[in-house]
Amino acid sequence: MAGPFAMSTRLTILSLIKDIAAEQKKTLPPLTDDLVLLESGLDSLCFAILVARLEDSLGYDPFTASDDVYFPVTLGDFIAFYDGAR
Amino acid sequence: MERGNGPRPLGSLGGPNAVSGPTLREAVRQARPSPTASFSAPGVDVPLAHIAEGTSLAAGSAALSGRSVMLVTRDQLGAALAMIDLDGLVGRMVLCPPDLAATHRASLLADAEVEAIVTDCSADAFADVDLPLFQCGLPVRPLPGGAAPSRATEWVLATSGTAGAPKLVAHDLRALTAAIKPVPASDDRITWATFYDIRRYGGLQIFLRAVLGGRTLVLSQAGEPLVDHLGRLREAGVTHVSGTPSHWRRVLMSAEAGGIAPGYVRLSGEIADQAVLDGLSETFPHAKVGHAYASTEAGVGFEVNDGLEGFPASFLDDPGDCQLRIADGSLRIRSNRMASRYLGADPPALLDEDGFIETGDMVERRGNRCFFVGRRGGIINVGGLKVHPEEVEAVINRHAGVRMSLVRSRRSPITGAIVVADVVPERPGDEAALRDEILQTCRDSLPSHKVPALLRFVPALEMTPAGKLSRTAPSQGPRA
Repeated sequence: MAGPFAMSTRLTILSLIKDIAAEQKKTLPPLTDDLVLLESGLDSLCFAILVARLEDSLGYDPFTASDDVYFPVTLGDFIAFYDGAR
Repeated sequence: MERGNGPRPLGSLGGPNAVSGPTLREAVRQARPSPTASFSAPGVDVPLAHIAEGTSLAAGSAALSGRSVMLVTRDQLGAALAMIDLDGLVGRMVLCPPDLAATHRASLLADAEVEAIVTDCSADAFADVDLPLFQCGLPVRPLPGGAAPSRATEWVLATSGTAGAPKLVAHDLRALTAAIKPVPASDDRITWATFYDIRRYGGLQIFLRAVLGGRTLVLSQAGEPLVDHLGRLREAGVTHVSGTPSHWRRVLMSAEAGGIAPGYVRLSGEIADQAVLDGLSETFPHAKVGHAYASTEAGVGFEVNDGLEGFPASFLDDPGDCQLRIADGSLRIRSNRMASRYLGADPPALLDEDGFIETGDMVERRGNRCFFVGRRGGIINVGGLKVHPEEVEAVINRHAGVRMSLVRSRRSPITGAIVVADVVPERPGDEAALRDEILQTCRDSLPSHKVPALLRFVPALEMTPAGKLSRTAPSQGPRA
């Protein structure tokens, strides 16, 4: 993710999701905000990879940083979760 | 009925661990299952009452009597039916794990001295195996006449081994069922479900609970979307549901989680952290949420039902039916649920000199509570599946551009842990291309949970004074 132009959280997330889906040979539906993450074709391992790579790209992991228990359901929830934790 | 008095073609079977007790089929009959109790898989329900008086084995299976047999089925329903048919009949039943790599099959067949394969797959799948094949599967046919077989069958499960090939762990049915408390016959409300595969220890425990209680069991199916699986659980009205913390985190991330209303939620197979316990209590406010400590070798250890991660330190002093101690930082267990031994040509000892099993699970005591902090030897637990770092390093090191590599665990809020790799390249160059090539090599030869989720290049790796890779060096990422 290094480069002269810092990507927004949303673009970083979407770009990593596409990379991981390609690596894991998963077919993605259109990445809309109301897409339920578990219906995106990505499995738990894909999400674990996504959260780890996002921590390296963005420098934080809201799942672990927050004291509240929260498991996002839709892609929009997920992006908002990361945006809110910045 | 007396067991274990038939012919024993295999000298290694039986012995001091042979026990008396009902076979699985006798247990189903004794449970007097209601007409609605069944094994339930996508698109098919098989009533337990039907299973108790029928067989899924093809004609001629009496020839399996006393033999060492490997059970290889495409799905869990086939395994569930055949386990009931084979217990009491065969001398040894090896449950082939669902994701066994073809390259490991030969060593398992040799280690367990397998004499025949029972399968619902076509013969093509065994072109390289010179053993007789016996077919199993639906429909369930009437049992042939004659005395019911009542041998003390040895049960064998596979667990992850150091060099990638699974280790075989032998149990008897009494140890496998020792943690199961009888349920009053009047309590017919229990419906079981498990996210585990029943051919592994965690799932097998739930299968046995359903069989011994004569209750419905809703089976999971590999590849089935979680939405569909949860839909089946809802329709079946499941009350008791079991899975790993990773399975449950997936459920919590699903829009359909609230569709089921279990009374008992059980976690095992991985460290249950406070976040997943709290998340489950919030989503299922009427459920008892408990986490159990169990492993293929140690069997079911203990259950923690106070809603907190870790376990009370008072468990360490308890002289009850499961004794715990901490030695060199890791948990040791002795109970009547332990395995009897490892199989194989040169099997490692299962017990220490005091009769305890070293679990390899590192435990830290803080005040009155003990917490699990990881695995000895750097073994990585990805969503309940164990990964030995050396196995992944061996694949990475095959690449000509790699001088050396270190694979280790990094904490994950989704799967508990993931695999990450530090690689020292042979010479400076195009790192992006080298990374792609190494990861492609890994994907070609390892299951996806073993492929490094992150790979970074480092100039050097720390060595211990003994010249080994230092596996305790600070790792990448803030919480690696």
